[in-house]
Amino acid sequence: MSPDFLIALIILSNFTLVATSRVNKAIQIAAVQGVLLGLIPLAMGLGRHAHILVMVVAAIAVKGWFIPFMLRRALHQVHINREVDPYIGYTFSLMLCALGTGLSLVLGHMLPLKVGTKVLLLVPASLATLFTGFLVLVSRRKALTQVVGYLILENGIYLFGLLLIEEMPMLVETGILLDLFVGVFVMGIVINHIRTAFDSTDTRHLAELKD
Amino acid sequence: MALLLIVFPLLAAVAAYLVPSPLHRARLLPLAGSLHLVILLVALRHWGTLPVNAWLGLDALGAWVLLVISVLFCICAFYAPAYLALRPDRDSRIFCLSLLSFLGLASLLAQARHPGVAWVAMETTTLVTAPLIYFNRNRRSLEATWKYLLIGSVGIALALLGTLFLAYAAHFGGLEEPLNFNRLMQHANLLSRPWLRAAFVLCLVGYGTKMGLAPLHTWKPDAYGETPGLVGALLAGGVTSCAFLALLRIYGVVVAAGEAKFAQELLIGFGILSMVWAMVFMVRQLDFKRMLAYSSVEHMGILVFGIGIGGLAAKFALFHLAANALVKSVLFLSAGNIHRSYSSKMLPHVTGAIRRTPVSGWLFLLGFLAITGLPPFAPFISEFNIAAGALTTGHGLAGAAFLLLLAGIFIAMSETVLQVVFGTPSHQRVRTHYSDTPATTAPLIVALGLAAILGLWLPKPLHVLLDHAALTIDGRMPVRTAPPSPPVALAEVPHE
Repeated sequence: MSPDFLIALIILSNFTLVATSRVNKAIQIAAVQGVLLGLIPLAMGLGRHAHILVMVVAAIAVKGWFIPFMLRRALHQVHINREVDPYIGYTFSLMLCALGTGLSLVLGHMLPLKVGTKVLLLVPASLATLFTGFLVLVSRRKALTQVVGYLILENGIYLFGLLLIEEMPMLVETGILLDLFVGVFVMGIVINHIRTAFDSTDTRHLAELKD
Repeated sequence: MALLLIVFPLLAAVAAYLVPSPLHRARLLPLAGSLHLVILLVALRHWGTLPVNAWLGLDALGAWVLLVISVLFCICAFYAPAYLALRPDRDSRIFCLSLLSFLGLASLLAQARHPGVAWVAMETTTLVTAPLIYFNRNRRSLEATWKYLLIGSVGIALALLGTLFLAYAAHFGGLEEPLNFNRLMQHANLLSRPWLRAAFVLCLVGYGTKMGLAPLHTWKPDAYGETPGLVGALLAGGVTSCAFLALLRIYGVVVAAGEAKFAQELLIGFGILSMVWAMVFMVRQLDFKRMLAYSSVEHMGILVFGIGIGGLAAKFALFHLAANALVKSVLFLSAGNIHRSYSSKMLPHVTGAIRRTPVSGWLFLLGFLAITGLPPFAPFISEFNIAAGALTTGHGLAGAAFLLLLAGIFIAMSETVLQVVFGTPSHQRVRTHYSDTPATTAPLIVALGLAAILGLWLPKPLHVLLDHAALTIDGRMPVRTAPPSPPVALAEVPHE
């Protein structure tokens, strides 16, 4: 499998995500995307480095299994299924996502790549995924969907990190894993508190504070 | 020494968690805070002798920021036992653990010589401060915590991407690990310009979110409004200073690469925007804790504005960091006292504080006058010099806008403050058992006193430290291996 093919699948999953209204499916897409991301270093032929193999296993385990598992468990407890009237509608979200992906291609074109870089799509795909994550984060009401958005945003950063993973493994690996693991862990705790305090994870309840 | 500054507060945090008695646990805070300050003062003697390739260590800039944070922490820590005694219903275990961990991680950030380490420190600082916001355990504080975490995490994720962009800028130019700040600044000419610019923008947005620059400040009024005044003081003077330092590190590299103009325009823009935004939301603000949050947005704006002007203004922006932290602690802690006495933080319910809690009322009033630039307090010196720096370096328009905004904010804030302090008592007000005691006011008086002293006299060693810190952010002095020389260097800095 070529890395470009995997990246294309990731971009496709971005579009599927913004168009879905079911929280369960959103979590599923995040899991699939996590596995796809994990496979890219192998497709890039980096499997010979032991530390990158560890990273691959960790990424697939955390992004593809552990976090989706936790999210699904939380979902099961709150008995919600659908994202009800999001701040930005699904059709408009899709259009925004397409626009963001297009802009990412332009932006990626403006940033020069080091001579000899094989996977040219990494930078635009990274920016597009980042944008998609941000879009989901700001346009959805359920705390769980917002966490999915945060995960997708992290995936975008991971994609960019792959450009540097051979030269600066320490920086990239600690940064990404720490951000992801700790971030989601703490959000999980807060979601739990929201659930017990409000008996649901709809962040519309969290709208008392304003000017 | 470097490690001790980090490890000691973390050990104290674990100890605080394990101590069974709430009384002893609360007393551990001032003890650990003052010991940290002592260790820091000893470590300060060596700030000039940092090895070039060190991963951790105090340079002038880090030392200055950490000194501010450590003093602020001491003020809050001495206030804490009395405060926690007023809240016996709350479990203080996680609270003390988070407070002390914050001190340890701030020490890590101040001493980090690698962008990756600095980022890790900033990330963990966000996480350990989140439980502090949830101290009151009600719906409102939960909402504030969720916003703080979500917005903060997005900001910090963008800063991570910025850090990776910076690494790629170095990689592009053939510069490989270890990418510590010294090497990045020394070889700044090798860095790829488009990547460096993109890195700076991402870090500005990312760390700017943590600082609370408009329009990325939306978590701030909620978080500061719902936490105890003690936490508000620490967030407004400590966590924001950490994010500011992380941003300054990247800025130093950008300046060393000769891209100062690009970065400065952005900083001035964000600075002015934050001040405008803060002023708009301060007008007729009924919630006086939220008003303080907007004041914090304003002062973050002043900090980046000063850095953007450069030269004299940049030096006094660093000075303003200390002035802001000290006066903000007075404001947040006295606001906390008033809140406790009235069991409300909304205007019609809270009026005439000067009669009910005279000391806190006076401190709140004096804190307000100090933060808006009344001499002889320290913020006057910094705000005056930042304005002077702007007007004398060809930023006439920006300087004039800065002065106008300061005046506007003074008027906007004064309406709320005067009603809280002097207003005629309303029928709706509630009376609680709280009354001012020396334990809840003495730390504030000390903080206000320090702000007044700093406004009149800056001790020589501190002056040297500040001068060198200002040179570091100007990208001029990437490496210092010799002991500090007399502060003649600043005279050589040409004012553009």
